[in-house]
Amino acid sequence: MTALRKNKQTTHEIALQGQAALLDLTGAMYLPEHDALLVADLHFEKGSSFARRGMMLPPYDTRETLMALSDAVFRFDPKTVIALGDSFHDIGGPDRLGDEERGTLSEVQAGRDWIWVTGNHDRILPDSIGGQVVEEMALGSLTLRHEPLAGEQAEVAGHLHPVGKVVMRGRATRRRCFLTDGKRCVMPALGAYAGGLNACDAAFKPLFANGFTAHLIGTERIFAIAKAMLCRD
Amino acid sequence: MPKASASLLPKTFRDWFKHRGWKPREHQLDLLAKAGQGRSVLLVAPTGAGKTLAGFLPSLVELAERGPGRGTAKDKRGLHTLYISPLKALATDIARNLETPVQEMALPIRIETRTGDTPSHKRARQIERPPDILLTTPEQLALLLAHAEAREFFKDLRRVVLDELHSLVTSKRGDLLSLGLARLMTIAPQATAVGLSATVREPDDLRKYLVPQRDPNISPLRGEVAPEVREGVGTATSPNVALPPHPGALTRSDPPPPKSDVSDLEEQKRISGAPEIRGEDEDRLADLVVVQGGAQPDIRMLELDARLPLAGHTASLSMPSIYELIRTHKTTLVFVNTRLQAEYTFQELWKLNEDGLAIALHHGSLDVSQRRRVEEAMAAGKLKAVVCTATLDLGIDWGDVDLVVNVGAPKGASRIMQRIGRSNHRMDEPSEAYLVPANRFEILECRAALDAVHEAAQDTPDARIGALDVLCQHILGMACADPFRLEELYEEICAAAPYAGLTWEDFEACVAFVATGGYSLRAYERFAKIVKGNDGLWRVRDARVAQQYRMNVGTIVESSMIKVRLGRSMRSRPGTVLPRGRILGEIEEGFAETLTPGDTFLFAGEVLRFEGIAEDEVLATRARAGTDPMVPSYEGGKFPLSTFLAARVRAILADPFEWDRLPPQMTEWLLQQRRRSIVPGPRDLLVETFPRANRFYMTCFPFEGRLAHQTLGMLLTRRMERAGLKPLGFVANDYGIAVYASGDIAARAGRDPGFMDELFSEDMLGDDLEDWLAESSLMKRTFRQCAVIAGLIERRFPGQQKTGKQVTISTDLVYDVLRKHEPDHVLLRAARADAATGLLDVRRLGMMLQRIRGRIIHKPLDRVSPLSVSVMLEIGRERVYSDNADEILAEAEAALLDEALA
Repeated sequence: MTALRKNKQTTHEIALQGQAALLDLTGAMYLPEHDALLVADLHFEKGSSFARRGMMLPPYDTRETLMALSDAVFRFDPKTVIALGDSFHDIGGPDRLGDEERGTLSEVQAGRDWIWVTGNHDRILPDSIGGQVVEEMALGSLTLRHEPLAGEQAEVAGHLHPVGKVVMRGRATRRRCFLTDGKRCVMPALGAYAGGLNACDAAFKPLFANGFTAHLIGTERIFAIAKAMLCRD
Repeated sequence: MPKASASLLPKTFRDWFKHRGWKPREHQLDLLAKAGQGRSVLLVAPTGAGKTLAGFLPSLVELAERGPGRGTAKDKRGLHTLYISPLKALATDIARNLETPVQEMALPIRIETRTGDTPSHKRARQIERPPDILLTTPEQLALLLAHAEAREFFKDLRRVVLDELHSLVTSKRGDLLSLGLARLMTIAPQATAVGLSATVREPDDLRKYLVPQRDPNISPLRGEVAPEVREGVGTATSPNVALPPHPGALTRSDPPPPKSDVSDLEEQKRISGAPEIRGEDEDRLADLVVVQGGAQPDIRMLELDARLPLAGHTASLSMPSIYELIRTHKTTLVFVNTRLQAEYTFQELWKLNEDGLAIALHHGSLDVSQRRRVEEAMAAGKLKAVVCTATLDLGIDWGDVDLVVNVGAPKGASRIMQRIGRSNHRMDEPSEAYLVPANRFEILECRAALDAVHEAAQDTPDARIGALDVLCQHILGMACADPFRLEELYEEICAAAPYAGLTWEDFEACVAFVATGGYSLRAYERFAKIVKGNDGLWRVRDARVAQQYRMNVGTIVESSMIKVRLGRSMRSRPGTVLPRGRILGEIEEGFAETLTPGDTFLFAGEVLRFEGIAEDEVLATRARAGTDPMVPSYEGGKFPLSTFLAARVRAILADPFEWDRLPPQMTEWLLQQRRRSIVPGPRDLLVETFPRANRFYMTCFPFEGRLAHQTLGMLLTRRMERAGLKPLGFVANDYGIAVYASGDIAARAGRDPGFMDELFSEDMLGDDLEDWLAESSLMKRTFRQCAVIAGLIERRFPGQQKTGKQVTISTDLVYDVLRKHEPDHVLLRAARADAATGLLDVRRLGMMLQRIRGRIIHKPLDRVSPLSVSVMLEIGRERVYSDNADEILAEAEAALLDEALA
């Protein structure tokens, strides 16, 4: 595990439906009121999924994602962990999981309530993967689901892999981000090989009628960026 | 060697030359004689020497004597001559030109081209019934060789003609071509290669490229080869069988049917009967035929009375003189270094163009149809001048150009000579050319280039070491063609000059990469793309893999380009722009991304206003007349100053006696520099520090080109950060860099005398470089190119839409993961090798740091020196480089706070 650097500021507090939510540098979100850690779009075994089709991506993505996941889990030490869908890149993913990775996952799961919300990539999950499998769930006033629903919703969702792009004086950077208007939050993808959809994309429009703030994950901390500062790809 | 005589030519040909009023040139006959002896040849000749005809003459003669094939299935004849050109357009052009002698002599020769534009039914027919002469590109050759019919298609090949070889070999395309050539020589050991080239520094590099590089006495595999492989080897390596053109050619390939075996041997004997006796080294060099350039070029520097600025590349002061030159010559080519300069120069010339001279613009980003129109008008002699970039450096023969003007720094001596060669195609008359410096440093560069031209000194780049990503692509292609044995393929690959030094370990790593990705975590065995059968042969797994190869062949990974469309403003609804106009050309996606609506930029000869990106196009409107373009620059065609020319510039600078040969304004400026600071010696590095407006500046002048300086700047700022000097940014140009900081650099150096030596010490290429590479966007771009070429990820084709969530994978993510878990993976090694010479130019930086060790002269000043002004002027003109995401984000976040507090 990489030791955290001193000047790193791993969490960034926002309010969601009037309660505190800690956004984490790994891309996870911790809700202190429920002692719950939320993660989205882990896309485990995306590398091997591509390899089946002849694109031999480095087979270390699951390891890398697990490192980020366990980093967040062990730091917050939550009672409950909820993965918001697309935890595996495809239905065959759990079967392809390497022994070492399976071991790490069990360690992270041990002693906690572990809930897998299903997503479009992993509609079916085998029992062997541990924990509970649900389609969606409520947590206090929040609904947790994979794909955000149109219209006004008090929800935390994933699916869209938001990234924000910022250009300042000719220099550009594109980072994963949380999008929120204080009622709803769309979480960034945590998977090492999960790509991103630009926050300016039309897909986000119906979700945030009154705009949003993007919390971009930098190297050392999270930055709150106004929607107007974001650029298209 | 006795002079080749015209009697080598059959009567039909002699008559044809006579009828045309020509005499066969000596080198044309030389090549004919070499062909008779079965020798491969490098022909080095200036433009206009009849190179192309020389290259084809032996083929035409042989084919004329052979007579027409019956064309029946029984009498199927393979290809006779293969011609490879770097440009599709050049192949088509040459094919057209070849038709003339063929028709006029009524020769029974079928000539065809095969390019990306060739329709599939024609491709299929070409395989079925090969033409006598096929003209194509390196990529198409790779595809042909990966075809299951390749052996049949090329079995009768006699000659390979490689055009513009000097330009092909400097890139990964040259690596790919060399591998293709090695395979051709396996299939058709009787074939010889002819390279056509402009003058180069090391002709031996090209001579090696043309013939198999194999020492028959040293087989790196000796002892390792399985017995069944060694069987066929015995005869070929035995000293009794001399195989001059292709030693070991018989060591490979599956045992051929007995009949062809015999004929092959007879063939070999005939060829080995050539009269000349050569040493073994000579056998690994093609013969050389050099045509001396006719008259010395009449080339000078355009001198102005007005003072040139200290920085900038527009040469605005020189425009009236250039216009005057255009007016008084028949046809002028105005070469510039970047597309921006092309756009600017074109605009300026038209402002002066009261005579309404036909002056056109030509650069690589313009729409193809527009480029073709210019080329046609040029060939028809309808143009007075063309303002152009490197796209016209190559190939196509122009009409009556009688003047070449090169605006801006020449950057390289060989480049300038090749450009000058574009003028005056009657090679016995001197070409006329002018070099036009745009700033005072460029005066030095022009002076150095003029000296080099007069000495005919060349600075073409060193021979390449074959790239591993290209090798990966080739291995997959070879598996698509035929099952292969590892050892045999290795030997064949080592015959290609760029891969002559390939180690068995690297080769194995590439094979492993092609098969399963080659990771130490062996997770993908069951998905392997190529597999080794029980017979010991490697073959491609299924047709889908072969299809994947065909879709991804080639080494040119275009930086994604985006089309620029002229929009129409709606009168009824101001502010609304409809995408109704024509396509003007393409710009880099990266450049388009930095534009915001309302920005103005120069493109296609106009000032355009950026309106937005609609679907996959940039929408722009014409800016109001008189608008100055705001966005200064987009990338493209920036050559770094050649090492050779840089050394000459440093030498001129260091030697006050040389100053007399410079224009007075330059001498005066250098004298001022000497008075106020120091003029460094040829091997020294002058570092100046001075305060200015609450900041502390440090400038230095390594003269190693913009790319190496950018890397230096990145690394210096990291080290200064660690030293607590709080660097704020830096700018770089071809000559030097300026770093600015809020910490007092001079004071620090005063307290600690070793500080400068430490700051510039070579160890910055260790951990500092590694740290920077982890996040460098240039490195990620380099990696992406390797990943695409090696076939890790599939190419994205232009026009392929990015819809919703990306289905492809970002190579940046792959880079991060791979770097962390397997830093020595073959793809990362390939990317690092590219970084050494490519976008990061690390190798040149390394040589510089070594050169200046112990030779740093630190001069603390109280204000900016004359020399430093030139690079200081880049501040604000050039973008500030930074890969630090957090800095950019912090700035954007602050903008939100400002808004909230306002």
